[in-house]
Amino acid sequence: MPLLAVAALAAFTFAFRLAGPLFRDRFTVPPAAQRLLGSAAAVLLVALAATSALTQDGGFAGWARPAGVLAAAVLAVRRVPFPVVVLAAAVVTALLRLGGVH
Amino acid sequence: MRMSWRTAERPRGRELRRDVALVCLADGIVGVSFGATAVAGGLPGWLPVLMSLLVFAGGAQFAAIGVVLAGGSPVAAVAAGALLNTRLLPYGLGVADVTAGRWWTRMLGAHLTTDETVAFALRQDEPAARRTAFWTCGGWLFSAWNVAVLLGVLAGTAVKNTSAFGLDATFPAVLLALALPTLADMRTRAAAGTGAAAAVALTPVLPAGLPVLAALGGLAWLWRRR
Repeated sequence: MPLLAVAALAAFTFAFRLAGPLFRDRFTVPPAAQRLLGSAAAVLLVALAATSALTQDGGFAGWARPAGVLAAAVLAVRRVPFPVVVLAAAVVTALLRLGGVH
Repeated sequence: MRMSWRTAERPRGRELRRDVALVCLADGIVGVSFGATAVAGGLPGWLPVLMSLLVFAGGAQFAAIGVVLAGGSPVAAVAAGALLNTRLLPYGLGVADVTAGRWWTRMLGAHLTTDETVAFALRQDEPAARRTAFWTCGGWLFSAWNVAVLLGVLAGTAVKNTSAFGLDATFPAVLLALALPTLADMRTRAAAGTGAAAAVALTPVLPAGLPVLAALGGLAWLWRRR
């Protein structure tokens, strides 16, 4: 991955980040649209979580990773502290792989 | 998102610092995973470090590096990362009032706009509390993320088989934990569930990054049973 690619990704990313505040100066966003954008962000977060938990290179990622993520999700719903949730994902996945489940 | 967060707790002062520390710790683990994954895949150590400073978006960084490690072209890597970061556009709109002010606060605020800082800001109802939450989280997270990636690079050089430690499961776990408070709203939950299912189903057929954007089709739920 060349330096130019890193610079390009950084430029695109910054443009997306700055576009919101810049557009907001020129247009007022109605509350309904604000709520829609909020829901859109939530949908993208969950979709990103699902695809990164279940898939790898366009195929199934194996059982160990989604199992670890599922364990973390259960703990998160039960309001367990954040680092414990994240570490649980890693530990469950690692233990399953140690036991031969991939 | 602001509406559904209203029922969640609103941390102030000490609580805010504690929650920011927890997020930094969690994302630090993800950063270590990112640095280690990149180096273990054969990329030079400076690449993940520079990328983390300039891009500062974990999902896009993972996506871009993932494409490269899977044999994709640099153009595909940039496209995947950039597509994933289109979600920063609605985020930026959501926190526009927080970063308003001088041109450099707007620039700095834009660079610190991430899933986490936006989540922290939007949990607050008062404008002043929102600004405090955003800048506190942003400053600490930027430092923690970049230090963690550097540590990951050093660790990845020493430890080769990072998947044995289950580090790849930490990223989706962080995203889910972050999205959880927004899912209190029934329609948002239906939209997220449908969108996630669609994204997973489309992953084998679409280029990396696009399935996540296709998930936005799930938003159709918001217009049902109004």
